[in-house]
Amino acid sequence: MLHVAVATRTFRRYSTYRAATLAGIFTNSVFGVIYSYAYLALWNENPTAGGYDAQDAVTYVWLGQALLMTIALWGGGTTDDLAERVRTGDIAIDLYRPVGLVGWYLASDLGRAAYHLLTRGFGPTLIGIVVFDIALPASPLHAVAFAVSLVLAVIVSFAIRFLVASTAFWLLDQSGVKVMSGAFAIFFSGMMLPLVLFPGWLGTLSNALPWASYVQVPADIWLGKHVGTGLLAALGFQVFWAVVLLAACQGVLRLATRKVVVQGG
Amino acid sequence: MSSDPGPLIDVRDLARTFDVRRRVEGKRRRVRDEVHAVHDLTFSVAAGEMVGYIGPNGAGKSTTIKMLTGILVPTGGQVRVGGLDPSRERVQLARRIGVVFGQRSTLWWDLPLRDSFDLLQKMYRIPPARYRENLARFVELLDLGAQLDTPVRQLSLGQRMRGDITAALLHDPEVIYLDEPTIGLDVVSKGRLREFLRALNQERGTTLLLTTHDLQDIEALCDRVIVIDHGTSVYDGSLAGLHAQGGSSRTLVVDLVDEAAPIDVPGAQVRNVEGPRQWLSFPSDASAAPIVAAVASAYDVADLSIQEPDIEDVIRELYSRGA
Repeated sequence: MLHVAVATRTFRRYSTYRAATLAGIFTNSVFGVIYSYAYLALWNENPTAGGYDAQDAVTYVWLGQALLMTIALWGGGTTDDLAERVRTGDIAIDLYRPVGLVGWYLASDLGRAAYHLLTRGFGPTLIGIVVFDIALPASPLHAVAFAVSLVLAVIVSFAIRFLVASTAFWLLDQSGVKVMSGAFAIFFSGMMLPLVLFPGWLGTLSNALPWASYVQVPADIWLGKHVGTGLLAALGFQVFWAVVLLAACQGVLRLATRKVVVQGG
Repeated sequence: MSSDPGPLIDVRDLARTFDVRRRVEGKRRRVRDEVHAVHDLTFSVAAGEMVGYIGPNGAGKSTTIKMLTGILVPTGGQVRVGGLDPSRERVQLARRIGVVFGQRSTLWWDLPLRDSFDLLQKMYRIPPARYRENLARFVELLDLGAQLDTPVRQLSLGQRMRGDITAALLHDPEVIYLDEPTIGLDVVSKGRLREFLRALNQERGTTLLLTTHDLQDIEALCDRVIVIDHGTSVYDGSLAGLHAQGGSSRTLVVDLVDEAAPIDVPGAQVRNVEGPRQWLSFPSDASAAPIVAAVASAYDVADLSIQEPDIEDVIRELYSRGA
């Protein structure tokens, strides 16, 4: 109940920035158009690149734009609140409470993600459907699997952002690490180019890293590239990283509160 | 086992050391220093006590509170609060304690006060009936009714403080730690807050541990004072005893009509003269009346005022004598 209340509160908090939301949808859509034409040029040269056809490729572009904010690809989201509270020492107040910090911030981030999905997610997707005739989920089963995959994507991304924000316990400021982590995320999530285009060992590696959960896995589920046990394996991959990374969050937090001084008196 | 539950707070030989790295000229690597923020600290507090925990800035007050609440792990010694080991059982302990900071808020700045309280009700799993009863009582006592629907960021400091105190008490904590609760408040608000805390202690037996620089907070609330300096306890006893042991003095400020030689009256010594204004000090346990009378009868006095001893001075005196 508490965590639902926390998520609702964050959802409401984000929903107060209406103008920023509209500007964001506009930006996502502009990038969607630019990327779409770039990909169309690419698939015009090689119509089966990475096992995608041209419609798959354009769909992938718009899914990426829709997921960008929902998974907070660049970092940030509610984990920025965490880093800021570590920096100011307000984190002490969070630690005085009878609730786990990871669960608290995860609930909060899911509230944020829900808001971003409804606005920054649905907005560009609609434009993609109308303007570029993107593909809809391959089947009702795939639509459900996509929804599950999306939640898992947010959890994996949250855990990585939480770990980045936790560096503030030692470095006082997360911004350097955040920029670095954002660069990894944009490359290895498949946001820039689908991971299916990455050749040889780079492809193998990038498909095994947690960032693949951000865009590549949910998009492939939407496109119906995974069927049967393959679908379960794709979701299992995300679950694996979610569990490992959330455990890492707990570990780092324990280390931080043991070894590190909470700022200020 | 034993029927005696023992003290609520039990601190034994507590120590906390920090590694601090500092740059030294001529060396490329930074040098590691050990800072003993708290060491050899021993005290216990029984349920229902109101204790002032005072000391100069950097004495180790906050470090102690952090260890008592479990957010900082001691490097030596033992802490028990309500039978729990705070750092190991932080979450269980959190349900039984309340914390109030004068300089930080535990409320959510973007939420109306009422929503913050509702969130706390869920967080501490306060039974709904008990929650309603407590909220009604605190809102009435602290006069918060008109502010319940105001977002915290729009509250005045005094209102915010009262909101924070309510937030810390809704779950019926056994102990409440107050860190500079009256800082920045006006005289009326301070008085009201102290009255409320005293009533809370009397009615519910809530144990209070108060850190403050305001001697009047201590005088109004605490039967017992623990003074900490350089990380360890230098005094533990009554406030009167503290003044006696510290040899503290009050100051009589005399504004004469004309400049004069240093005033000579029995029982007081001139500390400073600036034109027609003179500062006389006398022991804080002596009465000011005969001194004032003696000055007034011998000199043309334009104005008189008495300065109470500063707690910092008392402590400084105490420490320099003890060292």
